[in-house]
Amino acid sequence: MIRFSIPRTIFAVLGSFLAICFWPAESYSDLLSGTAEEAGLRVATESRERQKGFGNFTASLTMTLRNKQGKETQRSLRLKVMEAQEDGDRTLFVFDHPRDVKGTAFLVHAHKTGPDKQWLYLPALKRVKGISASKQSGSFMGSEFSYEDMGAVEVGKFTHRFIREEPCGDLKCLVLERIPKSQDSGYSRQLVWLDREELRTIRVHYFDRRDEHLKTMVVEGYAKYLDRFWRSSTITMINLLTGKSTVLLWSDYKFGTDLDAKDFTKTALKRIR
Amino acid sequence: MLFEKTQRRIIRNPFTVPGKDGRNVPASLLPAVFAVVLGVLVSLLPTVAYPAGFTDEVDISGRLSTETWLYPQSAAYPDQRSYAGGLALETTFYVENEEGTSITVTPFLRYDAGDPDRTYGDFREAYLLMYGDAGDGEWELRLGIDRVFWGVVELRSLVDIINQTDVIEHPNEKIKMGQPMAHFTWSGDWGALELFAMTWHRARIYPGSRGRQRYEFIVDQDMISYESGAKKWHVDLASRYSGLLGPLEIGLSLFNGTNREPTLLPIFLDSGLVLAPHYEKIRQFGVDAQLTRGSLLLKLEAIYRAGAKNSRYIQHLNTLEEEDYIAFILGSEYTFYSILGSNSDLILFAEWAYDGRGRWATNAFENDLFIAARLGLNDPQSTEFVVSVLGSLNKSSRVLAGEFKRRLSSDNWLLHIETSAFLDIDEDDFIYYVRRDSYIKINLAYSF
Repeated sequence: MIRFSIPRTIFAVLGSFLAICFWPAESYSDLLSGTAEEAGLRVATESRERQKGFGNFTASLTMTLRNKQGKETQRSLRLKVMEAQEDGDRTLFVFDHPRDVKGTAFLVHAHKTGPDKQWLYLPALKRVKGISASKQSGSFMGSEFSYEDMGAVEVGKFTHRFIREEPCGDLKCLVLERIPKSQDSGYSRQLVWLDREELRTIRVHYFDRRDEHLKTMVVEGYAKYLDRFWRSSTITMINLLTGKSTVLLWSDYKFGTDLDAKDFTKTALKRIR
Repeated sequence: MLFEKTQRRIIRNPFTVPGKDGRNVPASLLPAVFAVVLGVLVSLLPTVAYPAGFTDEVDISGRLSTETWLYPQSAAYPDQRSYAGGLALETTFYVENEEGTSITVTPFLRYDAGDPDRTYGDFREAYLLMYGDAGDGEWELRLGIDRVFWGVVELRSLVDIINQTDVIEHPNEKIKMGQPMAHFTWSGDWGALELFAMTWHRARIYPGSRGRQRYEFIVDQDMISYESGAKKWHVDLASRYSGLLGPLEIGLSLFNGTNREPTLLPIFLDSGLVLAPHYEKIRQFGVDAQLTRGSLLLKLEAIYRAGAKNSRYIQHLNTLEEEDYIAFILGSEYTFYSILGSNSDLILFAEWAYDGRGRWATNAFENDLFIAARLGLNDPQSTEFVVSVLGSLNKSSRVLAGEFKRRLSSDNWLLHIETSAFLDIDEDDFIYYVRRDSYIKINLAYSF
């Protein structure tokens, strides 16, 4: 009996060793061990971790708002993002179009847990107005995106659950459910499709407070920057209840700019162009 | 006797020049001329003073608007018109060099078809801006004409004092004239400390005899006088600290200089009674604070002002009574997001304005309650409705107001309609003079 069990142990140890050596550390099967909640949290954390370390970037954004009849309206804005030490990202949106809101800026200090801090700069009055972080469920510039859909998803603001694996287009996806902890969120839950290899967001289904499937977001055109960071070129949000949709086109990604914390203060907000 | 005395006291406005018909050109036209000249000069700056820089980023934007005011009620005073129409153009020129140093110039021109006193120009902005690192923090310097906003409440600005209010542009006192200044900011994790040195006091402009929303008697801009011997060139100083304490944003400010709000003294001239603006030296301490708790914002603005006059006329001295006072506005703002599952947001405002001078206050906000609701549809046209009521707590006066704003199908055009109804304005109320000036204002603006 004993004679046979020793080689098995050796094989198991050897096998594990080989697995550790040749499998990537963040292998999805490692991620998926444990309960659905543990797996969900691990996948979400890993996905977020892989987005970190970019330092800062700037980008341009064009929004096309389409109503039920197919009539389109364009918006354009610029975006500046900086990672903060031990905290959520700092994000600055500057509106260029429509022209009556040109120069209006929106500053977010995201926190990993708890409510974010948000300020709006109104150039006509030169006024910086502290606004309620509960604004997260409000529409972003009349689009189908709400404020809470626009920033990075902080793991600490949701409880996660791993649901299943399934193919998504050419890729294989992990499906997570995430439930917002904040009562101010417009959603009861979200279903998120992350591709198994890179853990990039491929698709999100948003469920409203009555648990109806309200919106679907599809993310396309991923490209790698700085050899590490995936950024999409096209994000489409479809409102299933109203038939309206919004397409975000990202362009001019620039990483490693000279932005620092001083560019994300109330004083800096007043000199935004 | 009284007439002679006052005549001697009156200091002529040095910026008044004789017009071609013998009448004096209103001083208000001079900034317009000055604006155009300086605008041309500054536009040459990039090529003259900075051959290589200041071409990094050049930006021109602005707004051209046509405006109609309708006054359905018959006027309270002779000459007052029932209609006003005109055009306004505000353009911002901006150039920036590689270091981020920039020049911003914003001339404003208003043409009024009926009231020459409302045809005027102003430099809203003409400043040089530089900034850089200061240890862990940052410094910023703005030199030139600029506008500065302090405050948190919606009804009116109380602590805000750097700029002169442009009351002929809109009686809501929210539009400001440019003020020449040096403005230094030092900021860091601990907050921001701002220091201001200002000179060339900007006199408040008032409507002429044809204008509505004016006092019974005309304010004579040729009779401006100052307490300070340096007159308009007195150097006003101000400072402000602003910081963040968790959910509380707080600002503490100090102003020491010539008041923006004049005392209006009745003067008897051959042509009749006019009001002569007199600007005292004042000192003001201000506090503004906002507490953000979920969808609820709680706000406070309070001032202590010393050295200004109230509205009590002391006949035998032909002056108004000096009174140091406090005033505050306590407010709240609550937002309902995505109401009834739609994209619309509804914001409710409630504010209480109190002025320690009571019936001798120099404004309508001695003890008043303001309640407003703003509905934003969050549609592509940014449609917005506002309704509000301002009511005196110890008088019958009520002001009902409504507003509608919508971007037109072509994205560059914005339609803005507003109306105010002055109801049961008490004879004792400071704003008794507007009792018949309820209005409808239609503004169509093209932004570029």
